[in-house]
Amino acid sequence: MEIIETLISGLSSGGTYAMIALGYTMVYGIAKMLNFAHGDIIMVGGYAIYTTMIATKNPILGLGVAIIFCMLLGISVEKIAYKPLRGASPLAVLITAIGVSYLLQSTAQMIFGTAPKMVIVAEMGNMEIGALKIPYYIIVTLVCSAIVMVALTLFVKKTKTGRAMVAVSEDRGAAQLMGINVNRIIMITFAIGSALAALAGFFMLMKAPSLTNTLGAMPGIKAFTAAVIGGIGSIPGAMIGGLLLGIVEAVTSKSAAIAPYTDAIEFLILIIILLVRPTGILGKVRREKV
Amino acid sequence: MALLEVKDLQVYYGVIQALKGISFEVNEGEIVTLIGANGAGKTTTMQSIIGLIPSNHGTVIFDGQDITKVPCHKLVHAGLTQVPEGRRIFQELTVYENLLMGGFSQKDQSILKQDIEKIYERFPRLAERKNQIAGTLSGGEQQMLAIGRAMMSRPKLLLLDEPSMGLSPLLVDQVFEIIKQLRDDGTTILLVEQNAGKSLAISDRAYVLELGEIVLSGTGAELAASEEVKKAYLGG
Repeated sequence: MEIIETLISGLSSGGTYAMIALGYTMVYGIAKMLNFAHGDIIMVGGYAIYTTMIATKNPILGLGVAIIFCMLLGISVEKIAYKPLRGASPLAVLITAIGVSYLLQSTAQMIFGTAPKMVIVAEMGNMEIGALKIPYYIIVTLVCSAIVMVALTLFVKKTKTGRAMVAVSEDRGAAQLMGINVNRIIMITFAIGSALAALAGFFMLMKAPSLTNTLGAMPGIKAFTAAVIGGIGSIPGAMIGGLLLGIVEAVTSKSAAIAPYTDAIEFLILIIILLVRPTGILGKVRREKV
Repeated sequence: MALLEVKDLQVYYGVIQALKGISFEVNEGEIVTLIGANGAGKTTTMQSIIGLIPSNHGTVIFDGQDITKVPCHKLVHAGLTQVPEGRRIFQELTVYENLLMGGFSQKDQSILKQDIEKIYERFPRLAERKNQIAGTLSGGEQQMLAIGRAMMSRPKLLLLDEPSMGLSPLLVDQVFEIIKQLRDDGTTILLVEQNAGKSLAISDRAYVLELGEIVLSGTGAELAASEEVKKAYLGG
């Protein structure tokens, strides 16, 4: 029974990683940049939930506010910080993203201080099925992230905007020739990625209610790892990478002897996968176009 | 009146001047070809007209409208599109989805469906392979798809950049036949080609580009008969 509980819990935290990894991978695929400020959007989402809940005590409203606020933030960051650098060297964009990351963290610290805030999203008990005992937050996370993953896959495959995203990610110039407004597609990508980050922030606060301005830092790095494991730029890859990372984390943290090395083991897996398949599990080698 | 009028177009890559002020025009119903060696500035001209490379000087007038500074994605709506060099079809999408992308600017679903059927009629091979991933098509089929995809936007003027590149001789003939048909069906064509002989044969008019300048112009037949062209581009 314990193994099933561990697996379910792993899939659930993997769902959270997948939400974040999707933001990294979509932005990388479409805007061709690594948005290292992505993790901090989670933190901003957390504070949006916190602020809304102080005012209304309503966690669902808090999530709604967080999603909208993060979408607007993501779009603004792209417009102000990244768009002027389109065509600049990737290194300049990367450093800008790191700058945005610090800017967001420091702004949060100035507004909310350094002391952790307690955000009890909801008091939830355990679900018991026979001998299985699983906390409700795990079930909620698992179900919500599964729904989002299916919805996003359908969106990309079946809608005009989704196909335009695939086209831009494959060949920006050819996409423009089709009449696709690349700037608009990049904006939509940042909006979707940031909304998913806000959702991930909600999941994380359900699991552990302590909120600081570095909430998104470590999960951000780990989700980036998940995106690379799955093949950066690939949407199903980010999902697989996220779930895999969640399961590895759940399994390793079960044993007292290995638990302290959980992070090390995760990054070791990254190294091994990259040695065997440098493009990640579902990554493709794309020929450079001039 | 000319459908496309290019006046004194200049493009720099850093300090290197790739186009040294070229002027030419394409009239409605014509096939006009730019021939020239590698590095003459043919592709730069095409990319600059369509807005993928910014020009530093000069104007491009299309259908009476100054489109010099109009971004690429808006030109499709105006009736101008390009089959890019190297085809650049969307490898990960199916044939059908590629055609859908070509009709991205078409809002009317029923017209979109009709247009896809028309492309399938023109290129039966694409109909046979409509659910196949485009990256698995042969070079010739990919070229058909690239042309079909461009035709989906119902262009008034179609720019074709090296459509015969990398194709077998048999397919090259087929591609030139298709270009002629497109013109006969009412699409004006601006063609860029290294295959000077075949392209001059179907051209109404042509220009010879050398190191970023137009050095010769005339009807297709005139240029094909010109000693200079024969020597430089027709192998004798």
